[in-house]
Amino acid sequence: MNTTALKELLTWIADNELIMGHRHSEWTGLGPLLEEDIAFSSIAQDKLGHALAMYTLAHELCGSPQPDVNAFQRAGADFTCSQFVELPNGEYDFSLIRHFLFDAAEFHRYGMLASSSVDALAKLARKVQGEIKYHLYHGKSWVVQLASQGTAASKARMQAALTYAWPYALGMFEPGKYDAELADAGVFAGEKALQQEWLAFVEATFAEAGLDIPQGVQPVYGGRGGQHSEHLPQLLEEMTEVVRIDPEATW
Amino acid sequence: MTKLISLDPRITRLGIGSSEPAEVAPKPTLDQHQTYEVFHQQKSGAHHIHVGSVHAPNAELAMVLAKETFGRRGQTVNLWIVRTSDVVAMNSADAEIFSTTPEKAYRDVAAYMVRNKVEAFKKGMQQAKEGKEG
Repeated sequence: MNTTALKELLTWIADNELIMGHRHSEWTGLGPLLEEDIAFSSIAQDKLGHALAMYTLAHELCGSPQPDVNAFQRAGADFTCSQFVELPNGEYDFSLIRHFLFDAAEFHRYGMLASSSVDALAKLARKVQGEIKYHLYHGKSWVVQLASQGTAASKARMQAALTYAWPYALGMFEPGKYDAELADAGVFAGEKALQQEWLAFVEATFAEAGLDIPQGVQPVYGGRGGQHSEHLPQLLEEMTEVVRIDPEATW
Repeated sequence: MTKLISLDPRITRLGIGSSEPAEVAPKPTLDQHQTYEVFHQQKSGAHHIHVGSVHAPNAELAMVLAKETFGRRGQTVNLWIVRTSDVVAMNSADAEIFSTTPEKAYRDVAAYMVRNKVEAFKKGMQQAKEGKEG
């Protein structure tokens, strides 16, 4: 197996999880109700945990830098996350829609990785599937409730958030340079296959929720190749603030 | 009097504590979600034990929120959710019906000194046996 291809895949997955987890963590202490604050903060922590596990695999299998170096000491242009996860939280409606769309993709991505030919990756995927199942259960429950059981105002907010999020969400499936090679080696079936599984799932959920998926939308790609929105440098600036004061500090 | 300055930027930004607190208007009833009681099961086959409550608009979201509120540490195999208003509780004024119960030690297992009796019985059996043999 070509380690360059595997490294690119693992870093892409980890970067998305790290940045998504950081964005989610910005709600800590500000959540709409105490119990939701706890739940959303736990999900944010889990995302950082998944990113750590992926960076660790990249380090052990592909010679990537140590996870902390990868997460906190890389230049913005070296990050490969989608622009979707960089977007500021905005209001809770957008955060929930993004969380649901992201975790629907995570659920299916990890489901596919559970049978990867890279044993360590398959093992990791099986280990965290329960966590991701809860993340999706959480996100789906809120989206369906707010759209179909809430008020006209809550439904309108969820629809507006979905319409705004959709082109960015499609960017979660930006093709990678090594997709064909990874698929041939049985490592990962590829973004296109994943997007199809994801789409079938979210279509069913939005039908239940009574929300319309925008049609004929161009995906926002670029993140995987290092083209980011103006929001990523701001996020990294804040995320790395402490480590920059003393990169050698131990905790 | 020294003025307390919060280190929390959110408090500082809102200027909380910078002047005399205004009169607090009473909140309307039920401006929060209703509550659901949470029962936690640690092991398969064990009792579900009441661990607290969560605010939620309905049972499904109560379950979603209870999972992290009460199931994020240690072991959990199952949770039960019960709407608080569905719980039938005794009127606390009626607690007197239990007032003499602690005195009824004869209902406690610990009140029976069974071991003494068993040992006395065994001793008697032994003596009877020795009597026969002798």
